[in-house]
Amino acid sequence: MRLFVSEGAPGSLPVLAAAGRAQGRAELLISTVGPEECVVPFLTRPKVPVLQLDSGNYLFSTSAICRYFFLLSGWEQDDLTNQWLEWEATELQPALSAALYYLVVQGKKGEDVLGPVRRALTHIDHSLSRRSCPFLAGETESLADIVLWGALYPLLQDPSYLPEELGALHSWFQTLSSQEPCQRAAETVLKQQGVLALRPYLQKQPQPSSLEGRLVSNEPEEEELATLSEEEIAVAVAAWEKGLESLPPLRPQQNPVLPVAGERNVLITSALPYVNNVPHLGNIIGCVLSADVFARYSRLRQWNTLYLCGTDEYGTATETKAMEEGLTPQEICDKYHVIHADIYRWFNISFDFFGRTTTPQQTKITQDIFQRLLARGFVLQDTVEQLRCEHCARFLADRFVEGVCPFCGYEEARGDQCDKCGKLINAIELKKPQCKVCRSCPVVKSSQHLFLDLPKLSQTSSVLLCYQLAARVEEWLEKTLPGSDWTANARFIIRSWLRDGLKPRCITRDLKWGTPVPLEGFEDKVFYVWFDATIGYLSITANYTDQWEKWWKNPEQVNLYQFMAKDNVPFHGIVFPSSALGAEDNYTLVSHLIATEYLNYEDGKFSKSRGVGVFGDMAQDTGIPADIWRFYLLYIRPEGQDSAFSWTDMLFKNNSELLNNLGNFINRAGMFVSKFFGGFVPEMVLTSDDQRLLTHITLELQHYHQLLEKVRIRDALRSILTISRHGNQYIQVNEPWKRIKGGEADRQRAGTVTGLAVNIAALLSVMLQPYMPTVSATIQAQLQLPPPACSILPTNFLCTLPAGHQIGTVSPLFQKLENDQIESLKQRFSGGQLEESLALKAKASPKTAAGLTTAGPQQIQALTEEVTKQGNIVRELKAQKADKNQIAAEVAKLLDLKKQLALAEGKPLETSKGKKKK
Amino acid sequence: MAAAAELTLLEKSLGLSKGNKYSAQGERQIPVLQTNNGPSLTGLTTIAAHLVKQANKEYLLGSTAEEKAVVQQWLEYRVTRVDGHSSKDDIHTVLKDLNSYLEDKVYLTGYNFTLADILLYYGLHRFIPRSLDV
Repeated sequence: MRLFVSEGAPGSLPVLAAAGRAQGRAELLISTVGPEECVVPFLTRPKVPVLQLDSGNYLFSTSAICRYFFLLSGWEQDDLTNQWLEWEATELQPALSAALYYLVVQGKKGEDVLGPVRRALTHIDHSLSRRSCPFLAGETESLADIVLWGALYPLLQDPSYLPEELGALHSWFQTLSSQEPCQRAAETVLKQQGVLALRPYLQKQPQPSSLEGRLVSNEPEEEELATLSEEEIAVAVAAWEKGLESLPPLRPQQNPVLPVAGERNVLITSALPYVNNVPHLGNIIGCVLSADVFARYSRLRQWNTLYLCGTDEYGTATETKAMEEGLTPQEICDKYHVIHADIYRWFNISFDFFGRTTTPQQTKITQDIFQRLLARGFVLQDTVEQLRCEHCARFLADRFVEGVCPFCGYEEARGDQCDKCGKLINAIELKKPQCKVCRSCPVVKSSQHLFLDLPKLSQTSSVLLCYQLAARVEEWLEKTLPGSDWTANARFIIRSWLRDGLKPRCITRDLKWGTPVPLEGFEDKVFYVWFDATIGYLSITANYTDQWEKWWKNPEQVNLYQFMAKDNVPFHGIVFPSSALGAEDNYTLVSHLIATEYLNYEDGKFSKSRGVGVFGDMAQDTGIPADIWRFYLLYIRPEGQDSAFSWTDMLFKNNSELLNNLGNFINRAGMFVSKFFGGFVPEMVLTSDDQRLLTHITLELQHYHQLLEKVRIRDALRSILTISRHGNQYIQVNEPWKRIKGGEADRQRAGTVTGLAVNIAALLSVMLQPYMPTVSATIQAQLQLPPPACSILPTNFLCTLPAGHQIGTVSPLFQKLENDQIESLKQRFSGGQLEESLALKAKASPKTAAGLTTAGPQQIQALTEEVTKQGNIVRELKAQKADKNQIAAEVAKLLDLKKQLALAEGKPLETSKGKKKK
Repeated sequence: MAAAAELTLLEKSLGLSKGNKYSAQGERQIPVLQTNNGPSLTGLTTIAAHLVKQANKEYLLGSTAEEKAVVQQWLEYRVTRVDGHSSKDDIHTVLKDLNSYLEDKVYLTGYNFTLADILLYYGLHRFIPRSLDV
C-alpha cells in the first residue's frame, strides 16, 4: 500500500503516528505530492493524506486510514471509539480548522485562535476527568487518542493554546506527545518549525466553511448535567433514606498502626525535606500537603492508613551550614528539625510520625541493605579523582572549592558551576583552586569509591539468580506500572532513564556527616545521600514501631503511595527499588508514585537566596489562616503541569470560591435552620426535582471518590465547589425565605429545601475534611453532625441530619481578603526578605552577620537620611490624596530603603504593620 | 428526516423489536441514545453501528479490515460532507464524486451491502429528484 502525503498537511500527523504505533512503517510506501494534486480519481477536490490499498481502493479519510492501521494490528472497533471519531469529524475538525486558519494563515494570536476551539478542548478535558481514565476510550492508549492527538498537536504543541485549567487534557496530551510514534510523526510533519510548518499547505486550502458562522463560539461549555435514569434516582433516594444507619462501624484507632490482613493497608510517605532549608510553598504542596490530603481521605475511607515523613539530615549541605553557624552538624539538625516540625504542625499536616534520618536505625538498616548488595555482588569499587585539602585533611565537596573558571577566567567560579558564564565545571578542572574554608590550595588525589552496579552483566556471575539489577527494575516496573496510579510525569521520567540505559551509581562520599560505610578501607567515608535518604522511610518507620517490617517487608498486603516533586522521581522509582530488589529481602516497593510539577511564585521562581516567595515559617505571620493557604495551594496544585502562586489570584479564589460560593451556601443552609425552624432540622418531603438534585449530588460525590482514588487532588476539589454551586442554585430557585411566610404547602416546601440544603452542607463538611480540616471541624461543630458521620465518607449521599436534629450556633466561615492587605503582602514577599527570616530564625550567625555588617557608619547615616526623606514624600502624597498607584510606588521605595538600612545596621527588619490600622 | 426518525427506521430494517427512545442535543440536534447498561451514546453513525451490533448483524459493518475502514469512511462522509454541506455547489460535488466512485461498484464497499449504503441512502434521499427515487 502507498500513502500519499503533502508537505505541511496536518492530516499526516495522526496517520503517521497510527502507522508507527500499529502498523510498522516498513511495509508502507510514502509518496509526497503537491497540495493541489488530485490523488483520488473519483474526488473533485484534492485531498491528502490518502492511502491507496493493495486492492486499488482508496482511503481518503484521515480517521479511516488510522482505523485501518489499527484494524490490521488486531484492534477491534468499539462504540466509544466510534463516538470519539464521529465527534472529531463533526465537531472538532470544523473548530480546529478555523483556529489553525486564524493562527497560521491570518497570523492571529491569543483568544482569536483559542476561542473557536475552547469548547471542544473543554469537552475533551471534562470527559477525561469525568471518567477518570487516562485515555479517551479506556485504560490504554488507542485509536481515538491517536486521531485526536494528531488533530490537536499542531495547535497544542504551543503551550499558550493549552488552557491551564484543563489539567486532564494537559496530562493526556503530554503522555501521548511523549510516545515514540507520536514524537516521530511530529518531527516528520512539523520539522521543528512548530505550527508554521503547516503554512505552505493551509495557504492553498479554501477558507474553512466553519469560519462563516455557527461553530465559532466563545461560550464556555454549559454545566453539563448528566441525564439521569430512573434507576439511578431510585438507588440514590434509597441510600439517602437509610441515613446514618448505613454507615459502617468506626474502626478503632490503633497505636501503632500496623497492616491488617484482609484490609486495605495504605502506607503513605512524602519526600523527606532537606533539613537545613526552610521549606517554601512549592515544597509544601509538592510533598507533605498533597500526601496529607490523600492520608486524610484514606482515613475517611476507613482504610488502614499510616502516613510518615521526616527530615533528611545527612550530607554536605548540613556540614556547610554547621560550619557557617558555628555549630556541630547534629546541633544544626536538631535546630532545623524543630523548625520543620513546627511549620507542618501549623499547616495541620496529619503525620502519624514525623521522624529524622540521623538515628541508629538508619545506620542499621542502610548497612544491612548494603551488606546484602555486597554479598550478592552488586557493589563495585572504582577510583575517582577529587580535590583534597591537605590542611583541612579532607576531600572537598564541590561547594567547598573556589577557583578560576577554565572557560571564561572568572575568578570566583564554584566547584560545580561558573556563576559568570554558567558552564558546568568539573572541580578538578578549576584553575588556582582554593579550599573555601582555609583558603589553601587543594591537590588532586584519587579516592576509592563504591558503586551500585546497575547494569551488572549476567555472565560475570555464576549464580543463576544474579541477573542484572537494571533488568530486575525493568521487570518490576513492567509489572507495576500498568493499572497503577503513577503520574504521567513519573512514568515519563522513568521511561527516559531506562531508555538511556542505567549506569553504575556512586554510593559513597568523602564526608564525615553520614551513615558510615561498613567496609575495610572505607572507614573515613559515608554513604551518599541518595543511596540512604530513601532508606530513611524505613528507619523512620522503625523509630515509630519496632514492627516496621510488617509495613516494609510486606509487598502483598501493603499499598505504598509515595508523594514528591518530579525531581525526586529517579531516586524513588529506580534507585531505591534497585537497592531493595538487589538486597532480596522482600521489600515493599512503591505501588503509586505521585509526582507534582513545580510551583512558581508569581512570575518567577521561589528563591531562597533572593528572598523571593513565601516560605513555610512566614505563612503564619501573614494573618491568613492555615486552611486558606491549604485551599489555595491545593486549588493550584501543579498537577500535570507547572502552576504559579499568585497573591491576586489567591484573593480572588478566597473571595469568590470560598466566601461567595462554599461559605455562603453552608452559612445560609445553617442560618435557615436556626432562623426559620428554631435550630431543628425540618421535615423533608422530597419532590421529583429534589430527588434529581440528590442524585446529581450523589454522582458528583462518586466522581470525587473516583478522582481521589486516583490521587487527582486538585480535580477532586472542584467536585466540592460544584456541589456547593448546585446547593446555592437550589436555594436561589426555591426561595425558602419567601415560602416560609406563605401558606401550609409553602412552609412545608421551605422546610424540605432547608433540610436538604443543610444535609448537603453536612456532606460538604466531610468532603472538605482532607482539604480544610479546621473549617471542616468548624462546620461539623456548627451543625452538630453526629460523630460517625464526621469520620466516614460513604460513596452515597446520606441523610445525616434527620428531621428533628438540633444544630448548634451558625456563624460565617470565611473572611474577605482585601486588596490593600494582599498588595502589602505581595510587596513584602517580593524579594530581599531573606535576611529578615534568617535573622529571626537563626539569630544571624557570625559568618552571615560579618557579610552583612560591612556597611560603615557613614553609609548607615546616609540611608537613615534617605529613609526620612522618602517617608516625608509618602506622607505628603497621602495628605494630598494622590493616586493610589503613585503612593504604592513611593511606599515600595520607602520599604526598600528601610530594608537596606536594617541590613546595614544588621538588625532584623520590622514587619510592616501599616495596614493593620484599618 | 430527523436523526431520531432515521434511527427508528434503521431499527425496523434491522429487525430490532424494542424501540429505543432518542433525545437530541444542541443546535444540530445530534441524536443521543441512553443505553441500559452503560453510558449514553452520541452521534448518528455511532448509534447506528451500535444498533447493528445489537441486532447481531456485524457483517453490515464490513468483514475485512479494509471493508471495515471503508464503511467507516463513508459513514464519516455522510455526517461531514452530506449533512455538513454548505451550499448547492457542495451537494453537486458530493453527487458527482459519488457517481464516479460507484461507476464500477454495486455497493460502497464493492459487492457487499453495508450500513454505509443504508445511511448514505437516507442522507441523500432528500437531494435526489423524485423521478429517481423508486
